[in-house]
Amino acid sequence: MSDFISANLPYLLAGISTGGQYALIAIGYTMVYGILRLINFAHGDVFMVAGLVMVYVSASFGPYVAIPVVIIATMALGFIIERAAYKPLRSAPRMSVMISAIGVSYLLQNCALYFTGGLPQIYPAIPFLAKSVTIFGATTKLVTLITPVLTIVLVILLMLLINHTKMGMAMRAVSKDFETSQLMGIKINNVISITFIIGCFLAAIGSMLYFSNYTSVIPTSGGMPGLKAFVAAVFGGIGSIPGAVIGAFIIGICENIIKGLGLTEFSDAFTFVLLIIILVVKPTGIFGEKATDKV
Amino acid sequence: MTTLNKKSKTGRYIAILCLLLVYVLAYLMDNVLPATSFTLMLVPVLKKGAIYSLLCVSMNLLNGFTGLFSLGQAGFMLIGGYTYAALTIPAAQHDAVYQYFDGGAIKFSIPEILSGFLGNSLGTILGVIITLIIAGLFAAIFAALIGFPVLRLKSDYLAIATLGFAEIIRAFFQWEGLGVITNGSNLLRKYTSFADIELTIGGTTIELGTLFLFVIVTLCIAVIVLLINSSYGRALKSIRDDEVAAEAMGINLFKHKMISFIISSFFAGVGGALLAMFQTTIQASAFKSAMTYEILLMVVIGGIGSVSGSCIASFLYIACSEWWLRFLDSGSLFGLVNVPFFRDGFRKVVFSVVIMIIVLFFSKGIMGDKEISFKGIGGLINRIKNKKKKAVTAAANAGSEEGEAK
Amino acid sequence: MAKKIIALLLAVCLIASFCACSGGSKTGDTIYIGVYEPQSGSNGAGGKQEILGMQYANSLVNTVEVGGKTYKVELVIADNESSTDKAISAATQLVSKKCSVVLGSYGSSVAIAAGDTFANAKLPAIGVTCTNPAVTDGNDYYFRICFLDPFQGTVLANYAYDQLGAKTVYCIGELGNDYDQGLINYFKEAGEALGMTIITESFPSDNSDFTSYLTNAKNQNADVIFAPCSISYAQLIIEQCSTQGINTPIVAPDTWDSNVILNAAKGTDLNINVTTFFAEGGNPEFESGLKAWINGDSKNLANNGGDDTISAVTVMGYDAYNVALAAIKAAGTTDTAKIRDAIASLKTTGITGDISFNEIGDANRNAAYIKNANTETGAWDFVAVQGVA
Repeated sequence: MSDFISANLPYLLAGISTGGQYALIAIGYTMVYGILRLINFAHGDVFMVAGLVMVYVSASFGPYVAIPVVIIATMALGFIIERAAYKPLRSAPRMSVMISAIGVSYLLQNCALYFTGGLPQIYPAIPFLAKSVTIFGATTKLVTLITPVLTIVLVILLMLLINHTKMGMAMRAVSKDFETSQLMGIKINNVISITFIIGCFLAAIGSMLYFSNYTSVIPTSGGMPGLKAFVAAVFGGIGSIPGAVIGAFIIGICENIIKGLGLTEFSDAFTFVLLIIILVVKPTGIFGEKATDKV
Repeated sequence: MTTLNKKSKTGRYIAILCLLLVYVLAYLMDNVLPATSFTLMLVPVLKKGAIYSLLCVSMNLLNGFTGLFSLGQAGFMLIGGYTYAALTIPAAQHDAVYQYFDGGAIKFSIPEILSGFLGNSLGTILGVIITLIIAGLFAAIFAALIGFPVLRLKSDYLAIATLGFAEIIRAFFQWEGLGVITNGSNLLRKYTSFADIELTIGGTTIELGTLFLFVIVTLCIAVIVLLINSSYGRALKSIRDDEVAAEAMGINLFKHKMISFIISSFFAGVGGALLAMFQTTIQASAFKSAMTYEILLMVVIGGIGSVSGSCIASFLYIACSEWWLRFLDSGSLFGLVNVPFFRDGFRKVVFSVVIMIIVLFFSKGIMGDKEISFKGIGGLINRIKNKKKKAVTAAANAGSEEGEAK
Repeated sequence: MAKKIIALLLAVCLIASFCACSGGSKTGDTIYIGVYEPQSGSNGAGGKQEILGMQYANSLVNTVEVGGKTYKVELVIADNESSTDKAISAATQLVSKKCSVVLGSYGSSVAIAAGDTFANAKLPAIGVTCTNPAVTDGNDYYFRICFLDPFQGTVLANYAYDQLGAKTVYCIGELGNDYDQGLINYFKEAGEALGMTIITESFPSDNSDFTSYLTNAKNQNADVIFAPCSISYAQLIIEQCSTQGINTPIVAPDTWDSNVILNAAKGTDLNINVTTFFAEGGNPEFESGLKAWINGDSKNLANNGGDDTISAVTVMGYDAYNVALAAIKAAGTTDTAKIRDAIASLKTTGITGDISFNEIGDANRNAAYIKNANTETGAWDFVAVQGVA
């Protein structure tokens, strides 16, 4: 029995840890989608940029200075992207905004390519995260254990913010009805900016956890985690924060079980199979609200 | 490229003339053009531009004319490209190409079989045409299969589902289990490419590769244009503008979406096959979602809902990204000044900034949803003629202006 | 109004760039050597190190005498972005710049993809470290100065069997990468002939979580892990091996011969063995010169991964440049078809040993260096020269 545990625990640990990291990215997706009805394709790349900022800042100032700098820089990046690339298109058709998001993603990746010169950057070891620990005979980094705990704490804080503050109420109002909330005197531009900032804050934390585990940052690092996080958001029911978190953990764990079963070629494809199944069977996701849209 | 308009004779003549001119130029490019450093870059850029025109127009049919936001283009291109490549590798080359799979499972080559009946050059050309159609059909069949679940989804969900399907297709084509057909992770090569398309008459060989490509591309685009201008096309546009209203008018939403999806995928498959011919090798790993995004950006630059815009944009985009802007990587401007921030990768940064500017400030793209109309050009010529004759009647003027406005 | 100004500016930029590329007349006293290498994408790091060798060689000898006239030699670099769909345009760019000979590429698939373009232009190409047999097979204009995958796969399998005593080997490669899958295939053939059990698995591109793969290896009792993947993945594999406490010996091919690997392995307890083209310490004079050159420019240092450890690919790049130069000299003309014939019959000695080509265009090489990563000093320890019996 103990053999069985030590043989199979690593899959579960890896699954929980990747699940937690996907969850932090997925919240950003789900909040933005909830309010703007926009798949923010650039979110995964924001996550990658947060990783690169960490590499460069900590090379000059050490990891402890770098952590707050990364968080602030990523939040600023999210704010700028929203103001520059999405706000001008507020009245444009949804397809234009999505194309703009793809454009931003393209731009961020190419800028990263230019600054790194195409070389993979080694992520600095954040001392308290990179320590190795052994549980039940399986060795892993401390970050693997911290990730799910931190994720859940952050989600609870976020839920408190959304359900019990004025800003949270404004967010809920905007996501229910864009125009009416504007008429009610809610400054929707501020609400949207704050949504992006919160999403990017979580992405910055997520990037620290993710890259502490997988210590190499390349310009396309954000692509796959971003896409999978989006799948997680859809899976859980887009617009629902607990849904996104649960979806992310399910996808993280399933993915690692698939790898453990030896179907390694299809570990990415599986995520999309799951997406298509859920879209066909229950398009609103596990916790999604009933669609009130026409059609 | 051409909106054939039956009402204006002058317009039709001009359209045919332009087309003939393009064909003659394509023929000259292969056979007469001297190989200078300018033409050496020009010919491949034009070829690739033409292929991407077809891909853009096929995507525009779906995204611009039907309003279905699909991001599965790369997957259908992959199917088309691999189908074409697998069916045209000469039998003698199978052992070399499928080096890890004992020569593969497909032991024949369609152009080769036909060459046996029709002679080398004619057989190859006919074989390639047939295989291109098969490539398109495979993509279309697959589109029909995934269309059933996917097309019921709304805009953004459709986008993400088609993107997911493209990724699944890629994983399958790279799987060693299918290696006897797809060669697993390894590339397919040695299949019939544009260089093999030639005509030998009495000892002289005429290269027809570029001409062949342009004929195929214009034919395909013409078919799409005819579809758009037909009653089906009008139904598609009405779905784009208002689904509910379209349904109320008695248009079968699912059926029309499906038609649009299948036809778009068919031409994406043909485009993928042409791209495979152009590249002379094909590898699944290149068909990532970035490829779809690239085509989408071309469509946006050209103008969503404009066929001529898509064509212009794809030529411009390919020329910029693969030719004109390469100097940004080389570290010098005009071969004179050393600019420190000009190093590799700068080209892509500049390029993506330009794209963002277009997306944000010129969201209509080059053409908006208008077309280059030969009727309009015809009208313009008529007017100049009339002016020369100094017999300007008010009626003629009004007529030509109306033509121009279109 | 503002929109019109922006539109105008864009148009001006476009026209300016058009002039920039069509302009720039060239003098007749320069010979151009094309460098067809990835500088971005998954093989960007390796491509850059290979270019360093060529640039160093070019900085030492940048003239060549052809037919009694001294020509200046200049490198023209085209980035193929590690991707087969960008290969044609990068290759065509070199053809259009009137290069006399082309060097590269790191990564076999891009080399195969560009092969026809070079052959049609009758432009000889010298592959530096593209080890897949298909590169030169059936292409008269492609040569290479490195050994081939069947050879390398067999050497590695023999080494795993003889020296590491392996019974079960776990092979992991990138899905869709013909370099990885090709080597695994040859390793498997040779390994199974020796009676080893070979398990193969693949990971999708851009994957960064290898813990499950490594757990698979552990659970299937693998004695040796064979990982012929590119450097960016290699770094992750090493890192995750060490955090998971898996210290199964790793064998790897030439891609792993890089200081990136050494930096990642330093301070761990892993046993990493690579086959390569060159072992440091054989030619101190050359090495110190190269190190001084790399240290002399911060750009070079960055391209070499931040320190001055010499990678085998850099030395191979150096040799390739000199082979090209010797061929141009031997041909006595800038006619590319004649240079091709000169390469085919060339016999020369480079830093990595004697170089000559067989009728296919492959180098006659029958020995590979095996090196072991010293995890304390962060340097390579030379183990053995191994051939195939």
